[in-house]
Amino acid sequence: MGVLIGVALPVLAVASLFIGVSDVTPASIVAGGPDGDAAYLLLVSRVPRTVSAILVGASLAIAGLIMQMLVRNRFVEPGTAGVTEFATLGMLITLVFWPGMPVFGKMGVAAVFGLVGTWVFLRVIRQVPVRQLVLVPLVGIMLGGIVGAVTGFIAYRLDLLQSLSQWSLGSFATIMQGRYEYVWIAAVMVVVAWVAADRFSVIGMGEEFATNLGLDYRRVVAIGMVVIAVITSAVLVTAGMIPFLGLVVPNIVSLIIGDNVRRSIPWVAGLGAVFVLACDIVARTLRFPYEIPLGVVVGVVGAGLFLWLLLRRGSRAH
Amino acid sequence: MIALDGATKRYNGQAVLDDVSLELGDVGVTALIGPNGAGKSTLFGLVGRLIRPDAGSVHVDGLDVAVAPSRELARTLAVLRQDNHIAARLTVHDLVEFGRFPHSGGRLTIEDREHIDRAIAYLDLDDFRGRFLDELSGGQRQRAFIAMVLAQDTKYLLLDEPLNNLDLRHAVDIMRLLRRAADELGKRVVVVMHDINFASVHADRIVALRDGRVIAHGTPAEVMRPDVLAAVYDVDIDVREVDGALLGYYYR
Repeated sequence: MGVLIGVALPVLAVASLFIGVSDVTPASIVAGGPDGDAAYLLLVSRVPRTVSAILVGASLAIAGLIMQMLVRNRFVEPGTAGVTEFATLGMLITLVFWPGMPVFGKMGVAAVFGLVGTWVFLRVIRQVPVRQLVLVPLVGIMLGGIVGAVTGFIAYRLDLLQSLSQWSLGSFATIMQGRYEYVWIAAVMVVVAWVAADRFSVIGMGEEFATNLGLDYRRVVAIGMVVIAVITSAVLVTAGMIPFLGLVVPNIVSLIIGDNVRRSIPWVAGLGAVFVLACDIVARTLRFPYEIPLGVVVGVVGAGLFLWLLLRRGSRAH
Repeated sequence: MIALDGATKRYNGQAVLDDVSLELGDVGVTALIGPNGAGKSTLFGLVGRLIRPDAGSVHVDGLDVAVAPSRELARTLAVLRQDNHIAARLTVHDLVEFGRFPHSGGRLTIEDREHIDRAIAYLDLDDFRGRFLDELSGGQRQRAFIAMVLAQDTKYLLLDEPLNNLDLRHAVDIMRLLRRAADELGKRVVVVMHDINFASVHADRIVALRDGRVIAHGTPAEVMRPDVLAAVYDVDIDVREVDGALLGYYYR
């Protein structure tokens, strides 16, 4: 898998730079010179798009991984735990009360709502036994459903459904220089997760093990919650919702190399990046010169992979 | 020593541990016995700082469990609870490596690696090092957990029903191993167990709990007596001597 990611990531990244309606090829860049149209387009649109695809993929997959460690359940990610819905509600509220708020502020509000969402979710599932593997994500989906319904209602009443659908269907089509830089904040959170990798592994063994090993359980959970909320909101303001990613990628990595976070985190980040890059390229080329929203492609591919994972796991369960 | 002083824990007004003052963790193996609901696991929870007492205090080598730094305690005392369910896919090596966490904080030194290798060898797990926990049998998994707490290299080792769900052979193996850890490595082992005969044969001291109180505390010869056992379990238990060991006969 290491070889696969190592080869696929640069190949897809380069391909992503040169796929699009406008003619941007190495030849046209050389012909146009550093001030030419092709070079300009490359820097303003293609590079930001490629960078965001990589960072969004890596960070969302990491958010899924951390969430799975906190909850000790493989079937959760920010999208199935209500976190994304809470963050979306936060975005909508900024739109209603401070329409002119800069994107950074919107992201902050979304992150705070995401944090509340994570807290609510963790709080609710404390009542559910850890071994109830399916109940935990179900509770999360219901929570998300409730918050989503509230958000939908507000948006409907205030005629903001269009803005809402813009966020709920992830896409990199509008990514440009000056409009994508917030994903770097998600990248910072990936670094935080990387540094604390061992702590998250221990947390994944449960509170009793963590306490026995002298770890401050609550503090590590709090760090994890912040990582999840910030990544979710940073991705939401730049690309919108991208389903299944945080679920499928860590599960595939777990099957192959296990759940020792320090060992698995580079693979989760790498595979997440490859996955989103590949899906974005498909979204751009399938109906060329038009684009399909990325969320649709990820949803279809991700759902298929998830189904495969589920059935595979089911066959192994004793 | 592990010293409980007036430790009390109530759930819904019902005292699960009732004003228990007790010193545990002398050299050797101490067995904690008693019927279901006697408060054995609660006692471990208090010592392992997983449960806060409603009254009283717990000290480990003079450190107050409620306020002492968790990491420092983790280098003195290892607690393995019963029914360990780890959902994460970890290998045996991963698990044992995490036993070093209180010492290394994640950055393993050469000394840490030696401890890991020794613990794995001690539990005869070399062949399973790279296996995931969910690919092991119950006995192997229990050994992996014990290897983890051994690698933690603590003076005190507390195990809550380590024989649970093990067949005869594996149960004997684990008890022999704990005995060896106490004799060879100088561990002070405290084990919660259900089988009084295992306690009688392998332990140096037995503490009997009932209804949240200590009913008896002494050598196997002092505790393995029909009157004491009847007070603990409410069952007539015939005690016989077999090859120098006192065994309770209670199957009929």
